[in-house]
Amino acid sequence: MSEIRYTKSHEWIRVDGDTATVGITAHAAEALGDVVYVEVPAAGKVVAKAKEAAVVESVKAASEIYAPVSGTVTEGNQALADDPALVNRDPTGDGWFFKMTVADKGELADLLDEAAYEAMVAESN
Amino acid sequence: MSAAPTETALKRVPLHELHAELGAKFVPFAGYDMPVQYKLGVLGEHLHTRAKAGLFDVSHMGQLRLRGANPAAALETLVPGDIQALKPWRTRYTLLTNDKGGVLDDLMVTNLEDHLFLIVNAATKDADIAHLKARLGTQATVEPLSDRALLALQGPAAVTVLARLAPSVATMAFMTAANVTFDGIDCFVTRSGYTGEDGYEISVPAKDAERFARLLLKHEEVAAIGLGARDSLRLEAGLCLYGNDIDETTTVIEADLAWAIGKRRRTEGGFPGAAIIQQQLAGGAPRCRVGILPEGKAPAREHTEITDGTQKIGEITSGGFGPSQGGPVAMGYVDAKYAEVGTAVTLMVRGVPRPAQVVALPFVPHRYYRG
Repeated sequence: MSEIRYTKSHEWIRVDGDTATVGITAHAAEALGDVVYVEVPAAGKVVAKAKEAAVVESVKAASEIYAPVSGTVTEGNQALADDPALVNRDPTGDGWFFKMTVADKGELADLLDEAAYEAMVAESN
Repeated sequence: MSAAPTETALKRVPLHELHAELGAKFVPFAGYDMPVQYKLGVLGEHLHTRAKAGLFDVSHMGQLRLRGANPAAALETLVPGDIQALKPWRTRYTLLTNDKGGVLDDLMVTNLEDHLFLIVNAATKDADIAHLKARLGTQATVEPLSDRALLALQGPAAVTVLARLAPSVATMAFMTAANVTFDGIDCFVTRSGYTGEDGYEISVPAKDAERFARLLLKHEEVAAIGLGARDSLRLEAGLCLYGNDIDETTTVIEADLAWAIGKRRRTEGGFPGAAIIQQQLAGGAPRCRVGILPEGKAPAREHTEITDGTQKIGEITSGGFGPSQGGPVAMGYVDAKYAEVGTAVTLMVRGVPRPAQVVALPFVPHRYYRG
C-alpha cells in the first residue's frame, strides 16, 4: 500500500516499496499560479533531504523544489517539459516531478501526514 | 517550495475592497498592498489584455501638479526632455537625472497650460517630491494629489469601452490628454499606458474611484488585471521598470532612452548629468540595454549573468515568461560591443549555460493609436 507524506515546504512524496514519487501539493500549485517551466532532475542524480532537487517557474517567479528525503533520482517527469501546466491541472497525479529511491526510510517519519499538512495550510490561511 | 514573505503595515489604495471582492491575491509593492492577480491568473490576464481590455489599478503611483511662472522651464533643469516644446494637453515621457547621468525616476509629464501634471513611480514618489522641492525652490511649487486614484484601461477594446461612456475619447491620439466626464464623474484622461497596447490612464477622484471602476467592469470586454500581468506586458513591450532596468547607476544613454532627450536639449544641456550624457551621445556608452531572447523554454530572471561563453559581459534586469511570445523573454545590459541585434550570448541560468540572442525590442509590437 502506498502512503503519501508532505513537507512543510509543500512537496509531497508517495512511497511504493523501495521507490517514491515526488511532486508539489495542490495548495502549492494554486499559490504559484500558471506554471510555465519545470526543470526536473535526471536519473542518477543524488538528492539530499530538504535540498534543492527541481525548479518550477510560474509567469512571474522561480521556486525551488526540495527533496523530501535523501536518495537517488530514478526518473524525471519528461512530460512536464512539453506541458508544464500539468502541474496546475493534476499536481498530485500526472504533474509529478521525479521518482527516486529512498536512502533512509527513517527520514519519512519526519514528514507530515495529510491531516497535519492540511492543518498547517489551514493555519497559514 | 519557499514560503511567501510576511506582510507588514501596508498602505491601501482606494479600490482595495473592490479588489478583494474580485478575488485578488495581494502582494506588498512599494509600501502598498496591491493586487498581483485575480481569479483569471497572470497568464489569462495578460492574454485578456492583449485581446480585449484590462483594467489596472495604478493608484499607488504619484500624481503631482507643478505650478509656477514657467514650470516647464523649471522642470527642464531636472529632466532632459524638451518640456517647453510640449504643446498644451500633450503628454511626454521623461526622466529625472542625477549628476552622473543616472536615472532617479522615469515619469510622464502633461502640459495643462497653467501647470504641469506629473505621474511618478510609487517607490520613488517621496524622494521625487523632496528632490523637486529642493531643486526647484521658488521656481515652482509641487502639489501632490493624494485624494485621487489612477486607473489604466489597456488593450484593443479599451477605446470601444471608454467611448461608450464618453465618445470624445475615441479621437484622442496617443500621448494626448483631456478632461472627460464619465457618468457624472470628472476625470483627467491621457491616451497612454505601459503595456504596449492602445489604452488610457484615467485619474479619478478617490471618492468616485469604485463607482468608476464598476462602470468599466460592467462591460464584457473588461477584466481586472493585477501587477503580475502588468509586468509581463510591459516586458514584452520592451518598456523599462524603474528599479530593475533603470536606476541611479544606469545612464539615460545606456538605457537606450536617448529618444526621450529633446533635440534642443542634446546641444544645450542644462540638466543634471548633461556632460556625461552628451559625451555618451557622441561617443557611445560603455554598455547598452538590449532585448535578450533565450533559446529553449527556461526563463532567465533578473540578475542572470550574461557571458560571451567565457566571461561576464552583462546581466539580465527583467526576464520571465512572455505569454504572448509563448516563451521566455528578457532584457538586460551588455557591454557595447555585444549590443548588436543577432549577437549570440550565453545566459547562466542557475549555474547552467544556456544559449540566447540579442534581439530588437519590443518582443510584441506596440499598438498605440497615432490618430
